[in-house]
Parts: sequence; structure tokens; C-alpha cells
Amino acid sequence: MKITLHVWRQKDRNAQGKLVRYECPNVSEHMSFLEMLDVLNEDLTTKGEDPVAFEHDCREGICGSCGIVINGVAHGPMPGTTVCQLHMRHFKDGDELYLEPWRAKAFPVMKDLIVDRGAFDRIIAAGGYISVPAGSAPDGNAIPVPKEDSDRAMDAAQCIGCGACVAACPNASASLFTSAKISHLGLLPQGQPERYERALNMVQQMTIEEFGACGNIGECEAVCPKRISIENIARMHRDYMNGAFSARPNAEAGSAG
Amino acid sequence: MKLESRIPSGPIEKKWDNCRFDMKLVNPANKRKYSVIVVGTGLAGGAAAATLGELGYNVLCFSHHDSPRRAHSIAAQGGINAAKNYCNDGDSIYRLFYDTVKGGDFRAREANVYRLAQISVGIIDQCVAQGVPFAREYGGTLSNRSFGGAQVSRTFYARGQTGQQLLLGAYQALERQIDAGSVKMFTRREMLDLIVIDGVARGIVTRDMGTGKLEVTIADAVVLGTGGYGNVFYLSTNAKNSNATAIWRAYKRGAAFGNPCFTQIHPTCIPVSGDYQSKLTLMSESLRNDGRIWVPLKKGDARAADQIPEAERDYFLERRYPSFGNLVPRDVASRNAKMVCDEGRGVGPGGYGVYLDFADSIRRLGASTIRERYGNLFEMYDRITGEDPYSVPMRIYPAVHYTMGGLWVDYRLQSTIPGLFVIGEANFSDHGANRLGASALMQGLADGYFVLPYTIGDYLANTKLAKADESHVAAREALGNVENLTKKMLGIRGKRTVDSFHKELGKYMWEYCGMARTDKGLQFAMGKIAELREEYWKNVNILGSNEEINQSLERAGRVADFIELGELMCRDALERRESCGGHFREEWQTPEGEAQRDDENFSHAAAWLYQGDGKTPERLVEPLEFEYVHPSQRSYK
Amino acid sequence: MSVGSAAQPAAGAKAAGDGSRLFLFYNSPVGKKAVMAVTGLVGFGFVIGHMLGNLQIFLGPEVMNAYGMKLHETPPLLYGARTVLLGAVALHIIAALQLIKMNSDARPTKYAKVSPVTSSYASRTMWWSGPILGFFIVYHLLHFTSGAAHPNFTYQDAARHIPAPYENVVAGFSNPLVSLFYIIAMILLMLHINHGAWSLFQSLGLNHPRYTPLIRTVARTASYALLIGNCAIPLAVLAGVVK
Repeated sequence: MKITLHVWRQKDRNAQGKLVRYECPNVSEHMSFLEMLDVLNEDLTTKGEDPVAFEHDCREGICGSCGIVINGVAHGPMPGTTVCQLHMRHFKDGDELYLEPWRAKAFPVMKDLIVDRGAFDRIIAAGGYISVPAGSAPDGNAIPVPKEDSDRAMDAAQCIGCGACVAACPNASASLFTSAKISHLGLLPQGQPERYERALNMVQQMTIEEFGACGNIGECEAVCPKRISIENIARMHRDYMNGAFSARPNAEAGSAG
Repeated sequence: MKLESRIPSGPIEKKWDNCRFDMKLVNPANKRKYSVIVVGTGLAGGAAAATLGELGYNVLCFSHHDSPRRAHSIAAQGGINAAKNYCNDGDSIYRLFYDTVKGGDFRAREANVYRLAQISVGIIDQCVAQGVPFAREYGGTLSNRSFGGAQVSRTFYARGQTGQQLLLGAYQALERQIDAGSVKMFTRREMLDLIVIDGVARGIVTRDMGTGKLEVTIADAVVLGTGGYGNVFYLSTNAKNSNATAIWRAYKRGAAFGNPCFTQIHPTCIPVSGDYQSKLTLMSESLRNDGRIWVPLKKGDARAADQIPEAERDYFLERRYPSFGNLVPRDVASRNAKMVCDEGRGVGPGGYGVYLDFADSIRRLGASTIRERYGNLFEMYDRITGEDPYSVPMRIYPAVHYTMGGLWVDYRLQSTIPGLFVIGEANFSDHGANRLGASALMQGLADGYFVLPYTIGDYLANTKLAKADESHVAAREALGNVENLTKKMLGIRGKRTVDSFHKELGKYMWEYCGMARTDKGLQFAMGKIAELREEYWKNVNILGSNEEINQSLERAGRVADFIELGELMCRDALERRESCGGHFREEWQTPEGEAQRDDENFSHAAAWLYQGDGKTPERLVEPLEFEYVHPSQRSYK
Repeated sequence: MSVGSAAQPAAGAKAAGDGSRLFLFYNSPVGKKAVMAVTGLVGFGFVIGHMLGNLQIFLGPEVMNAYGMKLHETPPLLYGARTVLLGAVALHIIAALQLIKMNSDARPTKYAKVSPVTSSYASRTMWWSGPILGFFIVYHLLHFTSGAAHPNFTYQDAARHIPAPYENVVAGFSNPLVSLFYIIAMILLMLHINHGAWSLFQSLGLNHPRYTPLIRTVARTASYALLIGNCAIPLAVLAGVVK
């Protein structure tokens, strides 16, 4: 089949970008979306034109590298599917597709469809962990974890950090991403000691990174390839408020020594 | 040069303890005076960087991804082994050790494997404490499942995303250290050369993939956790950006390359659908717990699966291996699938596929149980193929998945270059000629959390290093080397794309150095690869410049290395005149078609030492001694 | 683990060490949303009560005017309520303006194509349905509370400045343009409540698979009831049912 693409081309961080039209005349329905771009890039290279830069790696929908807004929908039209797992059988001959990068101030475009998602790492670094140095752990079965808690923690922990939630949110909010980690760790007994500090620190980092605010709109969960629920966002708000209001004045001392 | 494996003395269960006791320690206050470079942030690299940071070292960590969390460990599906014996089914450290040595077809170092089995127990504890949401029973205890090559349930898992959860645990520990300032993280940096000063690894040259800037970093030791080289085959289950460049350039600086021909072909992958195919997708081995593998009895049977009556189906693994059935190790399962397809009994377009059928399990357990166990895998299969595995059997075919070979390391994970440590899949150590399922995650984390942090301390405490910085002549030479290589590649402006070379290389490798290898085929492939290499440096077309994001340039360097590595793999396969594990030489097989080892001549690890471009590398040998598990013909019947 | 902790600063103390928690709380989008939620809840309660009170218009001028008289004769209730309401509206507006800025700054380059997947029209339009409602409230107060924007505002007790709501409403809504503006405003109010009345629970951290669907249903129903109830008044006046 024949597909027409309008692809965002931008040379580097500071350049002006624009949409450029490309024709893909021989697209097989068994191809993945990224394989279609591979073929386009091979053609462009042969013609001496700069191939389209896009991020990708595992192509199994788990590494979270890939991400393109296709016709206004992050990761394209299939729910629960990353771009790399999206196959061309879901499009039809003659379709015209607009491909744009994730757009958010916190995710500056580096080239074409590649954005810098370093802000996500900094949010995790602010508190998205359980402080347990190697070697200090008790036996794995020492603390039983109710299956339901463990399953819910896993639901949240499945986040692949792709950034589609930010891309789809009309406010470019990172609430779904941040809250997924807060829920994952906050639901487990191992995560309790740092639970409220974690929420405080991660939300603060999210604010510093200049993501927008959650408007409870729900676009994020609709495009999330792992179908992470906005119930987690409510949980984040709860833990955050708890942390903000119930902490004792001397909580600053931390754990020195 | 002689390979010094530095296996500690004493009985096997005491070796690691003895080793740890003999090692010199670095005083806590002195640790911060040492800096360590860690390249790669997968399970091994990420865990090592985090742990070294916790211990107080100055860690400089590099990843070619935009975030440490993207490392390909994330894609491991099935699980992680540990000798916890939580199921009370007779497991023990010794049994895990035994299974792993046997599964590796007696081509791994016993002492390493025993240590791995010992450490496996602590890994689970560590990961649980980090918040890894392993599957649980209703009583709140950890759940286990069985896996290929074992008759006990010792595999811990987090749905079909165990690698992801373990990696995120390591990543979070790493981010904690980044925040604490003990680890400095460099993302989007690709290692392009190793800097060796006075015979000791002291630094690396990296390219900032965002700007093209080449950077020199000097430290007291270098750790490579850069993963395997399965992408030599072009089509593999590896991520698109997984590459061998870091280990290959270290090889060219003098690190011996161990058993390069030992590659694992995973039996359960989605078959190829067209020539635009960019990668292959694994369907977790855990599916073999409940799926039954079969092909039609008759050649060229074109009927739909449900039209073929029970009596006309051949459940070939159950038939040939009644005691392990569908759970035989990966190499055996793969070879058998190839065999029935070569007989013309394969299914699906092209005839390269076998059925993995869940109909019986769905009848026995109900679709909802199957959905709970494998829901995400079934969904993935449906997305890729457009077929629903709840109603029609999956089609699967083997694909390159893992490389047991890698840089040769001693018991302490140090390569033949002092100060260069290699961990995880990047080294050659613990799996011998075939890796058991759910053991890669175990090895990566064992190396990263619990082995390297000790052994590197001993190295640093015992080594007096001269002062060096970026202006050192060796650093400048390495930087110049990278600059020249980049310039050379960009100057060719030939007619063929990088990918077209890579695809061609992959074709030779899969055909002649894949599941079955022959003397003639390997020689032929080596000739072809040499031609390809020559053409590459005349005719490759890389557009753009170095000073920008240039994905063609990134790939070009990697493919150039793959071509050379492919040749070495063929050479190694040619020299290893026996069959063992994943290395199947057609000339050496039992009358039943099983791999036939030659313990008399090949009970050793082969490590190749670079001698300069165009020269044949030297084949070093590390003899393997089996004091505990006595080599026997592996039997899964 | 004295080794580990000696080698690194105590992490986790960041937010706590950084000045007043209340400031940090409000500075974050979560804090601002909490303010929006609490003040929105006040507003939601008010518009329901306000509608129920106003529907007394269908019971005739005596009942309606007596209701107005009663409110004015209990100043603590009237001024207390007005203070809370004005305060809530002010905070709601301040937080909203800051959030709108924060959100628009968060995406400096817009998409060429936007196609929402599941979100409701109401949820995506809060940022402009709100400000228009703000202007409407000003007009509404000038129109029926102070009378400054009412062409023939009358009092039932001129000495004590107690307006005659029944007459004012009938006279006010007799102008079809005024009624039309009110109806448009009520459609916006419906949209605003439709999303806001469940969203406020989410912002306050209350979401549970068992109760959230119920809350959403209640919010939706309340928003339709408000639309119908409030529009019934100008429509009845225009139709001559109330005169």
C-alpha cells in the first residue's frame, strides 16, 4: 500500500523545524511502523538525503526508547501499543500521516523526532528508589506481601518511561509517570520507610522540570502502552499531601550516620 | 601469553569465601580517591555502578542510551534462577551448579558456576528489598516456576517482564547514587576506544552522540558491561542498538576474546515475515511450560492447524525426549525445530516455523489461567502477527538470542588487560557452550552486585598506578585513532547503505555459523566476510557529519566491528572441531543427531588474542577441569 | 551500613530542608490543584444550593421574595456565605491563572495535529470555560445582586435595600439577549461541573475503583440537573410561564 508521511524535520536543538512530505509507495501490511521508516531512510540515504532521526531500540515495546505522535496521538492509533509494535495492517492504502516528536518544554527536541527525556531520570533520582545497599537485604520471604498489593505494584511498575503520557497530556504533565513510581514503591512494605519523602521529593523535581499540572483529563492513560491508570495520580496526590502536612519539623535531620 | 584463571584453592563450596578473605580491602576513606569507569547500564553495569557508588568509589558511568533504564536487559521476559528451594522440591546450590554446568555442555569453569549458584540466593533478597514486584502466592510468599533445562521450580519472575523489573531496580539504585553524587552519569555516549597506559586499562574514548564531540576519560579501572554481540547476525532478539563495539575495541587493545562462536539460538521466537524485517521478537521460554510444540507428520501438509487430527501431528520434542519433553534446553529445542523444518515439515509462510500449541492447556486450565500467566506475551504475538494465539497455535522458529562468548575473564572478572573488568553478557564466563533459561539475569546481577565490587577493590588496593590525564600520549593516540576512523568512514561516500552490509553479513553468519556449522561452510563464510569487509571500506555510504546526531555514523562503526567479529566467530567455530551446546558441527554428532563433544581435545575455553589488522589472531587455551560434575553425554531423554 | 552512609550525603532530606513546606506545597502543581479542588467543592455546593433556592420562583412571587427577605434578614448567614464564596472564587481564580500559565509554558510548541483519544470535551475546556464563567459571575452579580447592570432593578424594601428577586428576574430575563447569555453560561457551567465535580476528588487523592465510577456518575448527573434547573428559569420567563 501507499502511505504519505508528513515528518517533523529539525536539524538540532536550536534550529527551526518543519513538516516535510515523503511518499512511501511500497508498504507491506506486515511491516511495523518503524520498519516502514527504516525503508524510507534507506531510500533517503540512497538518494543522498539526510535520513529521519528517530529513537528506537528493543522494538519489543519494553525499552521505552521509541515514541512518535502519529496524527495527533502518541504512539499512534492502537491502544496499549508502542510505535515499534504498531503494525501497518492497522492503516490503509492512501493514508496520510503526520509524525511529530513528543512536545513539551521539559523534553526539548534534539533532532527530528528525537527528544531529550533526561527530566524523567532526574525525577527518579529525586526519590524513585528504595534505599537498600547491596548486601543488606533480609531473606526474600521475610516480609510476606499480599498478592493484591504485589499485583498492583506490578501494574504501576510496568511503566516503560517512554514519555507518551507527557506527550498526550494537553498540559504536558508528567503526573502519570511520576505517580506510577510513587505507587509502585508505596504499595510495597519495603517502600514504606521513605514513602512520603519520596512523594515530596519526586513531585518537587517534577515541578522544577517545568512539566504542566494534571487536569485529570485522562489522555495519558489512554495512550499509555502499559495502560497505567490515573488512579496512581490520586495516590501520588494523597502521599504528597500527607508528606507535606504530617511531617514533623525536624524531619530534615535525615539519616546521617 | 598464558591465561591465568586465578581460581582460588580449596573445595568448591569454599572457593569464593577463600577468595574474598584473601582479597585486600580498600579503607572506606580511601575509596573516594579511586575512580572507576563503568560502561553500560544493564543489569551488570547498572548494578556494578550503583554498588561501587554505595561503597564510596567515584564512579563514571557511560551509556549509549538516552537513559540508563533503556539497556537491553529490560527485554528479558521469563525470570531469574535462584537456589532458594522455596518450593521444597529438592533444589540446592549444588543442584543449580550441576544443572548449569551440564546445561553449558561442560564448557564452563566449575568454580565460576558454583559461585554464581551461591550468590543467586542473595540476589533475590536484594531485589525484593529494592521493591522488585516479583510474582507472589496468595499467602504473600514468592512464587516460582519451572524453566528449560531444570526439573525443579527455581525461577522467580515478574509476569513476563522480569528483566524490566530487575533492571529498574538496578536503575533506581543507580539514580540514587547519581543523586548522592557518587556516580556521574554520561548518557548518549558511545565508547569507541580503550586507553591502555603502561599495560593497564586506564580510560576510554567516547563520542557524545548528541553533539559528535569526542571525549577522553581517565580513571583507575575500567569495567565493561556492554552486553552481547548477537547483532552480528543482523536479525536477532537483541535490541537494534546492541553492539559489540566496546568489547571489540578492547579486544583490539589486547583483551582476549573467549569462545566467540558460542551463540545461543533461542527456540521460541516469532518467525521472519519479510525482507524488511528489522529484528526478531522472542516469545518467553516459559511458554514451553504450557505450550506443546508440534509439526504435521506429513511433509508439506498445508491444512490449517485445527484441521490436522491428533494422529497426524508430531510432538517431536515429547517424542524424542520423554523425560524433559518440551522443556529441553534451548540448543536442543532449536536444533530439533530446524531439523523438522529442513525435512519439509515446517509450518507457516516459507515453511520455517513450528507450532506452539496452547489448546490442551486452555482445555485443562481455562483461558483465564493462561491469560494470567502469559497474557502480555499472547498480546504481543497478536500485535505482531495479527493472529490470536488463544484460538490458533503460535508459530515459532529459533532466532539468535544470546552470546555465551565474550571477553575472556579470570575468576575475578578481569580480562587479559589488567584493570579492565568485564561483566554480564559481555564476558565469556559462566554459561559454557549453552546458557540455561533465566540464568542471564542471575549472572548479570551476580557480577554487578556481588562479585565485581569485591574483586575490583582488591585490584585497586594492590596496584600502584602512575598519575595520568587526558594529555597522556596513550590517550592522545587513542583519541587520534577514533578521529581518523570517523573521518575515514565519512569520507567514503560510496553507494551502499550501512544496513545493506549488515544484512549481508547476517545472511552469511546465519547460514554458515548459525544452528549447524560445517568446515566447508565456515571457510566459505570467512571468504565472503573478508570480501564484504573490503567492499565496506570502499563502498559504504554514510551521509552527514560527525558534529551532529548521526545515526548512520553510529551504525557504521558498529557494523564495521561486527564484520570483523563475524570473521573471528567463524574462525573459532572452525577451530573447535567438536559439537557442544550451541555450537553444532555437523561432522560431530551422535547417531541420534545430538551434539558430540570431544573432551579429549576440546575440554577448554579458547581465547583469541589480537595480533594486528590482517594477521591471524593467536588462539590461547584455558583447560577446563571438572572435579565435581563429570562430563557425560548430555541426555534429556 | 556505616560505610554507605558515610560516603554520601543523606538523600531524602531535600524537600524537608528547603524552607516552608506550605510554600513548597502550594508551589507544586499538586498543591495548586488541591486548592482548586477545595475551592471548587465550595463552589459546587453553592451552585447546587443557589439553584434550589432560585427554583422557588416557580412557587410564585411571595415565596421567592420571602426567601430573599429571609436571607437578608440573617446577615451572619448572608455575609458569612458571601465571604467564603468570594474567598473561594478568588483563590480558585488565582490558582487557575497560575495553572494555566504553568500548563501553557509546559508546551511552548503546539502540535500540528491533535486528536484526543478518550478525554471528555469538558475536561479539555476547563481552562476557558472557567474564565468565561468568571466574567459571567461578575455580570451576574452586577445584574441581580447589586443591580448596577439591571435596567429596572426594584426593591421589596427600598429603605433597607432589600431587592425583589422575583420582579428582577422576570424583568431581567424578558430580554432575550440576556437570557441567551445566561443559557450559554449555564452550558459552560454544566461542562465545568461535569468534569470538575469528580476531578476534585482525584486532585484530593481520592480514587478507588469501587467509588470513583459512582462519583463520576453523580458529577455528571449534577451537571445536567444544574443545566436544566437553571435554564428553566429564563426559558420559563421567555415562554411567559413565569411573569
